[in-house]
Amino acid sequence: MQTLRASWFGFEKHWLWYRRNWRATAVSSFLSPLLFLLALGLGFGSQVQSTALIGGVPYLQYLAPALVVITAVQGATFESTYAIMSSFIWQKTYIGMVATPITPAQVLYGQVLWIGSQLFARSLVFVAIAAALGAATGPGILWAVVFATLAGLAFSCPLIAYSATLDKPDSFNTIFRFVLMPMTLFTGAFFPVSQLPDWLLPVVWLTPAWHGIELARGTAFGTLGFLAALGHTVYLAAMAAVGVVLAARFFHRRLAV
Amino acid sequence: MENLVEAKALTKHFGTFEAVRGIDVEVRRGEAFGFLGPNGAGKSSTMRMISCVSGRSGGELKVLGMDPDREGPKIRARLGVVPQLDNLDTELTVRQNLQIYGRYFGMSRQQCREKAAELLEFAQLTDRADHEVEPLSGGMKRRLTIARSLVNDPELLLLDEPTTGLDPQARHLLWDRLFRLKQDGVTLIITTHYMDEAEQLCDRLVVMDGGRIAAEGSPSDLINRYSTKEVLELRFQPGAEKPDLERFAERVEVLPDRLLLYTQDGEHTLAKVHEHGVQPIQSLVRRSSLEDVFLRLTGRTLVD
Repeated sequence: MQTLRASWFGFEKHWLWYRRNWRATAVSSFLSPLLFLLALGLGFGSQVQSTALIGGVPYLQYLAPALVVITAVQGATFESTYAIMSSFIWQKTYIGMVATPITPAQVLYGQVLWIGSQLFARSLVFVAIAAALGAATGPGILWAVVFATLAGLAFSCPLIAYSATLDKPDSFNTIFRFVLMPMTLFTGAFFPVSQLPDWLLPVVWLTPAWHGIELARGTAFGTLGFLAALGHTVYLAAMAAVGVVLAARFFHRRLAV
Repeated sequence: MENLVEAKALTKHFGTFEAVRGIDVEVRRGEAFGFLGPNGAGKSSTMRMISCVSGRSGGELKVLGMDPDREGPKIRARLGVVPQLDNLDTELTVRQNLQIYGRYFGMSRQQCREKAAELLEFAQLTDRADHEVEPLSGGMKRRLTIARSLVNDPELLLLDEPTTGLDPQARHLLWDRLFRLKQDGVTLIITTHYMDEAEQLCDRLVVMDGGRIAAEGSPSDLINRYSTKEVLELRFQPGAEKPDLERFAERVEVLPDRLLLYTQDGEHTLAKVHEHGVQPIQSLVRRSSLEDVFLRLTGRTLVD
C-alpha cells in the first residue's frame, strides 16, 4: 500500500509535466499512426494482393493491429533510454526523489507506471485512428491496446535496467540501429514471418514485438487459440518482471550510494 | 540536550577506497553544525549517510534517534536535504517543483499549494513562480533548492556545499536565509570548504581531513586552540629565498608565495621584522581564521 502510494507520486510528477506539454506530444501521437496507416496501409497496401497467408483480408487490415504493437515498442524504447539516463545524470531528478521518503525501487515503479500508461493511451489513439480509416476488422482490435502496452513494457523494463547501469549514452544508438530497427521490420508486422529463412525464426521468437504482434493480430482476427495466447502473454509478462527486478536492483545500487 | 545525530566510529568505503575512516559526531537540536574540509575529505559521504540515502559501511549511526538502515523512509520524512549539485526538475515550473516535492512527502495537494506559496516568498522567487526552472540564475536555482528542502518543515536541514559556485552577493542572500532558519529553531548541518562560511554560520564544527576528524569545537574555540590572535603575512619576490624569522613569532608557516607569522601582535612583529632589515614586497596583518587552524592541523591550505 505504502509502496503503491509512493510510486504514484513519481507518476504524478510526469503527469504534472504532461499537463503543460501535452500539445507537443499529442501531435506526434496522432500524426505518426495516421501517416503510417495512410502510407503503408492505404498507399503501399493498394498494390498488395491479399493472400491466404495474410488471412485473406486487405493489407491495411492485416497491418493495423501489428502496427499498434510496433509503435508501442518503439515508443517504449525512447522512453527507456535517454529519459532514464537524464533522470540519473543530467537532470538528476531521481537523486532529488530519494532524499524524500521515496525509495529507489519506488522511483522505478513510478517510472514504469508512467511509461505503461503512456503506451496504453497512445495505443488507444492509434486504434481509434485505425478504426476511422477502416483498418479494423472488428472490435477485437481493441485487444491490440492491451497487448501493445504489454509488449512495450516487456521491452521497456529490461532496457530501463540496462540504462540504469550506464554513464554515457553511446550505446543507445547501437540499440536503435541493431535491435529496434530489425525488430520493427522482421517480426511479422509487414509480412508473415514464415517468409523468413528458418534459421532466423528462433531469434524472432525471442523478441517481444513478435509475441505482441501474434497476440494483437490473433485476437483481432479471432484466430488465436487459448493456449497460444497464454504462452505469449506469460512470455511478455515474464520479460517485464525480470526487467523490473533487475532495474530495482540497479536503481538501488545507483541511488543509494 | 537532545542529539539529532549520533555517530560512533562511523565508516564508509567504496570498494577498497575508504572515504570515511571512523568518525564520532554529535549534533544537538537547534545548533548549526559544520563539516569543514577540502574536497575529498569525506564530508559528502558523511552527509549522504546522515541523510539516510547511503548505507554505512561500519560503526553506529542514529539520526533523530532512529537507525537509518531500518527506518530510512521514516527519518527522511523529517529531514531536508540540499544536495551539492542542484537536481531540480528543469522541465517543470518553479512552483511545480515545490508542489511535487511536497507530494513526495505525502502532503495533500492543498497543503502543497499553500506551502509552495509560502516558500516562494521565502526564496524571493514569487515573481518567477510560473516560469520554467532552466533559465534561472545559479543563485536562484540554489534558493529554490533550499526552499524545496523546507517543504516538509524539516527538523534537521542538511546542506552540502550550499554556496559553492555562487557570486558574493548570492552567497550573502543565502546566508541570510539560513540565519533565519536557525532563528526559527531548525537544526542545520553544513559542509563547506569555505572557512568564512563556516565562521559565519556554524556554532560548532569539525575539521575533516582524509576521512578523519582532525579537531572539533566552535570557530573561536578552534582558533584560540590552534592559532594565535593575529597573523602577519609577508610576501616576497617569487623565487627569492625566504629569510628565517622563527624567532619573531610563535610559529611560522612557509607557503610557496609567502610567510605566515603567528603572533599576538602583528604590527609589533612587523616592526621588529623591519628592524631586522627584512624587506618583504608586501605585508598584511590580519586576525586568525579557520584557514590557519586547518593549515596547522594538516599542513595544507583549504582551498585548492
